[in-house]
Amino acid sequence: MDRVKFLIPTFILFIIAISCVPAAAADIVADSAIAILPPNVSDVIVSDKPNDPGGTLVVEWILPDSAALAAMPIKGVNIYLSGNHDGPFELITSLPKSALHYECSDLQDGESYYFKVTATANGLESDGITSAAGIPSGQWFNTERLPILIVVILFSITAITFIIKARGGYDFYVRPIAGIKAVDEAIGRATEMGRPILYVPGLGSAADVATIAAFTILARVAKKVVEYNTRVIVPNYDPVVMAICQEVVKEAYASAGKPELYDPKDVYFITQDQFPYTAAVNGVMLREKPATNFYMGMFYAESLVLAETGFVSGSIQIAGTDQLVQIPFFVSVCDFVLMGEELYAASAYLSREPQQLGTLKAQDLGKVTVVILIIIGVILSTIGMSGFANWFNVG
Amino acid sequence: MSTGQLIGNGIAAFLTLCIFSFLYKDNPFYKFAERLVAGVATGYFTMLLFWTNFIPKVWEPLYERHEIIYIIPTILGIIMWTRFSKKWAWVSRYSIAFYIGIGSGVAVTLALYTYLFKQLQATIAFPISMDVAGINQLLVVVAVLASLIYFFFSTPHKGAFGVASKLGIYVIMIGFGAGFGLTVMGRIALLVNRVIFLKGYLIALFGG
Repeated sequence: MDRVKFLIPTFILFIIAISCVPAAAADIVADSAIAILPPNVSDVIVSDKPNDPGGTLVVEWILPDSAALAAMPIKGVNIYLSGNHDGPFELITSLPKSALHYECSDLQDGESYYFKVTATANGLESDGITSAAGIPSGQWFNTERLPILIVVILFSITAITFIIKARGGYDFYVRPIAGIKAVDEAIGRATEMGRPILYVPGLGSAADVATIAAFTILARVAKKVVEYNTRVIVPNYDPVVMAICQEVVKEAYASAGKPELYDPKDVYFITQDQFPYTAAVNGVMLREKPATNFYMGMFYAESLVLAETGFVSGSIQIAGTDQLVQIPFFVSVCDFVLMGEELYAASAYLSREPQQLGTLKAQDLGKVTVVILIIIGVILSTIGMSGFANWFNVG
Repeated sequence: MSTGQLIGNGIAAFLTLCIFSFLYKDNPFYKFAERLVAGVATGYFTMLLFWTNFIPKVWEPLYERHEIIYIIPTILGIIMWTRFSKKWAWVSRYSIAFYIGIGSGVAVTLALYTYLFKQLQATIAFPISMDVAGINQLLVVVAVLASLIYFFFSTPHKGAFGVASKLGIYVIMIGFGAGFGLTVMGRIALLVNRVIFLKGYLIALFGG
């Protein structure tokens, strides 16, 4: 009886103990689960991105040390952003573990931003490290492009020197270019045939170098046109280019003493859409039947369409462009082509202006420099010294 | 194809054939299509210019964000309208000068970066050696030097200089030939696309 009295409470205690073990074990397991998080990254630093127009911060961090990673390898990192140090933070991106920095753009200059970087692994995320405040700002000067500034200064000094020399009466030699000699002949042909001249200044804007060269050649053509009493038609793609072309042609008539002969309807705007402009110019070619077509400036896919139509209408054609892809089309159809820099040289050759001659000489000196640099650079690269080539790898 | 699509595509097919009729000779159909496309393009771009340039670059900065600095380019743009006045047209030259000056200034830096520094770095970065890559690099260097010599305007192209210049123009023409072939392929693709459109329309029209 005493044994039974002892066994019953013992048995009851045993049952109670067994029912508590899973909970205790679960508690132990739960405590372990809460405790085992991926290791945090460290040294989260935020800085303004250098040499940019603003709005960008760079976040950098260091991965956990190898011992921590061995205990729990991380799979990636999450980047959070907030305007306050204490949050709330918004997840902006998730990156693989190999990433050690992140550029966050489209931020407001002058405002403070805080980043929190957490490590992730197996669906778990570390607490994260919050950075100090970062304030984006723009820089006035991109120091990575300092070599470009040096080259511009050197080129400018060279060009000014040659311009001063040209103004002093020095006669710089410019080798003859086939297309240039044909300009005067083509204008004379138009006069003999009693047909107008068509001058297409291209599809570039007034700030494009090729278009600026086209203005100079137009001035030369307009001057000859006034002398020969021929008509020049200038259909335009860009309104500002049209304004400048009008000034150029009007000036040519005025300087020849015949301003009353200038017809503003001959220098007009068509449309600022590529193929409608091309269609309209094609129509002009077939209706006005110009004896000579000049294509000077920037051209794109419409180059062959224009040149072929001019060929069909029986015009002599002289083209000049710096668009490398379009030159083959002009070469295959036109009578004379000014390729690339020949267009710029043509404007200097025709006008003989000191500014243009001096600039052309400076460009030639630049080419000599480039040739020397190429020879030196290739020799150095061949013998294993690649640092020289890297100097030209500007940002 | 729905009725609306049939009508719309029909107009597109008709205008396509009008433009193709130019291959024969100039005719009223081509003239009609040419004038129509020029007019529609001008009207479309006028509205596009209004919504993509005037509103975000003039109206919103001045009226909504009160960024007074934008008054300067706005005034320069308004000054361009003086071109319509014979008496005041000279004022527009200031806007044009500003426009060309800024454009040229930006273009110079970009051109030097793209056409000089990057090209130079790419040309001299690789060594010359006796393997395929090295011989290719040698050909590239010789071709670049010859092409540069061709565009040298300060001396007559005679003697050794003339030979190098001749090599340069051959290299340039080879490059142009490759570019020509590539571009023609693209143009043929455009033509094929247009022919497929016409074929698809005819099939849809006659219920094929």
